[in-house]
Amino acid sequence: MIGQIIINGLLNGAVYALVAVGLSLTWGVMDIVNFAHGEFLLWGLYSSFWIWALMGLDPLISLPIVVVLIFALGVLTYLVVIKRVLKVSGLTALLATFGLSMVLKNLTQFFWTANYRNVTKPLVSNQSFNIFGMYIRQDYVVAAAGALLLTLLVTLFLNRTKTGVAIKATSINKSAAQLVGIDTNRIYAITFGLSGACVGAAAALMASFTPIYPEACSLYSTLAFVIVALGGFGNIKGALFAGLIVGVVEALGGYFIGTSFKYLVVFLIYLIVMQIRPRGLFGW
Amino acid sequence: MLKVNDLVLGYDNVPVVFGVSLEVREKEVVAIVGSNGAGKTTILRGLSGLIRPMEGSIEFMGEDITRTPAHKLVKMGISHVPEGRQLFGKLTVRQNLMMGAYTLKDEAAKKDALDQVFTLFPRLKEREDQAAETFSGGEQQMLAIARGMMSKPKLLMIDEMSLGLAPVLVDRVMDSLKEIRATGITVLIVEQKVKEALELADRGYVLATGRILQEGSSAELLESDVVKKAYLGM
Ligand SMILES: Nc1ncnc2c1ncn2[C@@H]1O[C@H](COP(=O)(O)OP(=O)(O)OP(=O)(O)O)[C@@H](O)[C@H]1O
Ligand SMILES: [Mg+2]
Repeated sequence: MIGQIIINGLLNGAVYALVAVGLSLTWGVMDIVNFAHGEFLLWGLYSSFWIWALMGLDPLISLPIVVVLIFALGVLTYLVVIKRVLKVSGLTALLATFGLSMVLKNLTQFFWTANYRNVTKPLVSNQSFNIFGMYIRQDYVVAAAGALLLTLLVTLFLNRTKTGVAIKATSINKSAAQLVGIDTNRIYAITFGLSGACVGAAAALMASFTPIYPEACSLYSTLAFVIVALGGFGNIKGALFAGLIVGVVEALGGYFIGTSFKYLVVFLIYLIVMQIRPRGLFGW
Repeated sequence: MLKVNDLVLGYDNVPVVFGVSLEVREKEVVAIVGSNGAGKTTILRGLSGLIRPMEGSIEFMGEDITRTPAHKLVKMGISHVPEGRQLFGKLTVRQNLMMGAYTLKDEAAKKDALDQVFTLFPRLKEREDQAAETFSGGEQQMLAIARGMMSKPKLLMIDEMSLGLAPVLVDRVMDSLKEIRATGITVLIVEQKVKEALELADRGYVLATGRILQEGSSAELLESDVVKKAYLGM
């Protein structure tokens, strides 16, 4: 039984991690706390839903399209909102992304009403399979595997490609990056896009088993903040492990304490870790 | 190659460099010397596009670059090795160097630049997979210069390259500059170590509180009363 709970926690945690990786990128590279991150996820979910509803494409099939769409949303956000406030003090940027989150959420209500929407008859069903006496849902496994794969891809991109290393260099020392010829403005736009791409992918992976409505992502967004803080800002590996830990803690809390209090355990652990290691479990 | 006219530079609209004019000709080594806070670093920041000039103009290879952003100047052939090294500490030596070559498109050119800096600083090749932040001060300075050369610049500007280095290392780094110059790169150095810098350079400018006090050939400056009294303690 415990084994099954832990596995389920890990499967959820992998998706949480991918959402958190996106948040961690803009936070770590640009020192921008993007409060609209949850709304990026929301718009990813609605994109998946509408592509399915209008064109009949399963969310897993349309994943690349949604990734591109939310990448574009990220770049647009940078160009229209973030770029202007980057030069001013930190609080302004915070207020700007908070405002953006409000705007995006209200637009969601306006365009698509508060109704719940569901993708029905998805490609991978919610059937469970039995392994070592544990019942594991197929769709969760696919989502988690996809999330892990994409997290790995992001890491490879950051470490192996010229643009990826330039993102790291810019985050370490912006003016030194300019002095070697890096257009840091372009790098910031790409970073915001990449952050969006992560959430877009996460949205596509979970669209077939998540009820889609304007408030669907507030929990994911809160958890992403906790995970990024736990994992250390701008630390992809940290976000991955913290995501898995949060998933497991949530699952165990739900089992032992009850569904309504499971997040109490998550936030309690968060508060304790922040006292002992303010830069996160994996921060330096 | 570089012509600067009445340049006024400052921070938050408060000028600290007041109408400086100077010139660097092709294949020259020119030094800007002066004590702490004279405005040497500020001038280099202005020349490399990190800060916008408040007044005056800068011309490079016949083109007006007064308002050109830093990253474009690198492509045009200006490289600035900043004060305090400013390496990408968590990246490896090789990654730092490859970032230095960010503006080069051609793989052969990159390899060529890499070979060149490895010949100049063999130590870097031995430790190319090590994180830059684990280097000693002298090694970091070599890496900073090497990174600055990776873009194959026409004009290399180095800020305070002897800062924090033991005298033997100062000599070694200064020697490497001689080799760099031999490859045909024009060099502009900024130094507090007036004597060493002028001995290396062809010409120099003496800067004090944001103004040029005196200019001339290195030999002239080393003999001048201003330099002797104020900087060489004679
Ligand atoms: N980022 C900054 N913001 C505000 N003022 C600055 C800044 N950097 C330098 N200054 C001021 O500009 C003046 C010139 O400084 P600068 O760093 O150019 O001098 P320097 O000649 O390079 O000195 P040093 O030999 O100590 O490196 C100083 O009065 C300094 O306080
Ligand atoms: Mg200085």
